[in-house]
Amino acid sequence: MRRALPTLYILFLMLPIYWLVTMSFKPTTEILGSFTLWPQAFTLENYAKIFTDPTWYNGYVNSLIYVVINTVISVVVALPAAYAFSRYRFLGDKHLFFWLLTNRMAPAAVFALPFFELYSAVGLFDTHIAVALAHCLFNIPLAVWILEGFMSSVPKQLDETAYLDGYSFWRFFLRIFVPTIAAGIGVAAFFCFMFSWVELLLAKTLTSVAAKPIAATMTRTASSSGYELGLLAAAGTLTFIPGAVVIYFVRNYIAKGFALGRV
Amino acid sequence: MDAKTENQRGWLYVLPVVVLVACNAVIPLMAVVNYSVQETFGNNVFFFEGVKWFQQVLHSERFHAALLRQLAFTGIILVIEVPLGVAIALAMPRRGPWVSVCLVLMALPLLIPWNVVGAMWNIFALPDIGMLGRLLNGLGLNYNYTQQPFSAWATLIAMDVWHWTSLVVLLAYAGLSSIPDAYYQAAKIDGASSWAVFRYIQLPKMKRVLTIAVLLRFMDSFNIYTEPFVLTGGGPGNSTTLLSIDLVKIALGQFDLGPAAAMSIIYFLIILALSWIFYTVMTRGEGQS
Repeated sequence: MRRALPTLYILFLMLPIYWLVTMSFKPTTEILGSFTLWPQAFTLENYAKIFTDPTWYNGYVNSLIYVVINTVISVVVALPAAYAFSRYRFLGDKHLFFWLLTNRMAPAAVFALPFFELYSAVGLFDTHIAVALAHCLFNIPLAVWILEGFMSSVPKQLDETAYLDGYSFWRFFLRIFVPTIAAGIGVAAFFCFMFSWVELLLAKTLTSVAAKPIAATMTRTASSSGYELGLLAAAGTLTFIPGAVVIYFVRNYIAKGFALGRV
Repeated sequence: MDAKTENQRGWLYVLPVVVLVACNAVIPLMAVVNYSVQETFGNNVFFFEGVKWFQQVLHSERFHAALLRQLAFTGIILVIEVPLGVAIALAMPRRGPWVSVCLVLMALPLLIPWNVVGAMWNIFALPDIGMLGRLLNGLGLNYNYTQQPFSAWATLIAMDVWHWTSLVVLLAYAGLSSIPDAYYQAAKIDGASSWAVFRYIQLPKMKRVLTIAVLLRFMDSFNIYTEPFVLTGGGPGNSTTLLSIDLVKIALGQFDLGPAAAMSIIYFLIILALSWIFYTVMTRGEGQS
């Protein structure tokens, strides 16, 4: 009886996903013509189209490139900052921390147009780095927030002992401290990956052709060439995969990460 | 926790973060402020207009309606998702092979690009070819989210519950798994009821993560754009036009930069004020314990 609620909830979660996945194996005529729970005329044509057409598979490559760049930048710059917030008191530290968090609250819709102007002005429009930098707006504050929580749970004696043993700051930080909070880095990287991967409004505003994300490719196809639902379903199904792979690797850290960190 | 040392070198370590975020946040925000006080007739000629746009937005029926819809939407999803998420977390197994399976399956919706979520529900709920639409109409309900405001709202809320309840579950579950077994054993010896265990052991332990869950869900649902835009496009009529959708319509659809910028700032200030309240409550709770 106790397990009924989680089971029902997972069924509810899987229903639309099942629907989309089965649809991706149906030809468009079957989707539009009749209602079937299981593909009657099983086809791999939708997937074949995506893997052979560069405008489709480049979308995935573009998305993965800027997501990875963003994750690396966010975590690397957040590490020393989170250390400072967790270990030192300095002028305006609390205000600075709250100011960082306010950027996590900024609606992307507010920033879309100014971002377009800013990145066009510096000549970065339609590059992967532009999207990666723009996503730093909400991912850096999040990474700092998570990492600060992890670092605060590491006793200060660790730092003090290392300094007494004659370690310089950076040597201590890279050799001892970073490995100690590896789980936290994993969790922070996971959340940066996740929020960069799912965001579309800014990614779409800042790109046109060369760095166009897969999600934007999907919207264009849906509107221009009518209703190619099977193709759309296959493209959608493929967007699950990077997330599913990442979550499989960090599954044990997630629960722990939330408990230790502030998030 | 040890007291922190006074060290101004901290600034050196936060400098890269400050520079990166400032470039991304302050410059665009200044551009928005700039637009919000000026009028243009094209050709890049701008006139200073003071607070005209702010007055216009604050007095416009359209803004009031969108704000009201936004508050209703955020309120409804918080009332559904938070208790539901806690209930699911409480019922989940504590250890064993099923924990990983549950966590991975539950986290899956969180990792789907937002427009794919919208498109998926758009098709899933279509009354003629979608599974949900067929099912509901088959049960004798008159359901068509492209034409009836009530159906559109129900679909929108179902989609958000589907998409984000897992975040509350994950947070609540993490809070629960930080409770040592000894607490439960002590409660058992004292003969505490399961309600008492929840009220005096589990809820206090979850308080911090739940505040964060509420804060994150509040901010993200207030900013929601892509999913409702793809699902209903704000329709039928204006019935599901939330604040972000309205803002993008004004800014990029009609290109009314002045009013759009003024609206952006008012919108941002509302989120900021409400989030600040949550943040203060959260840090005050931490100070006491």
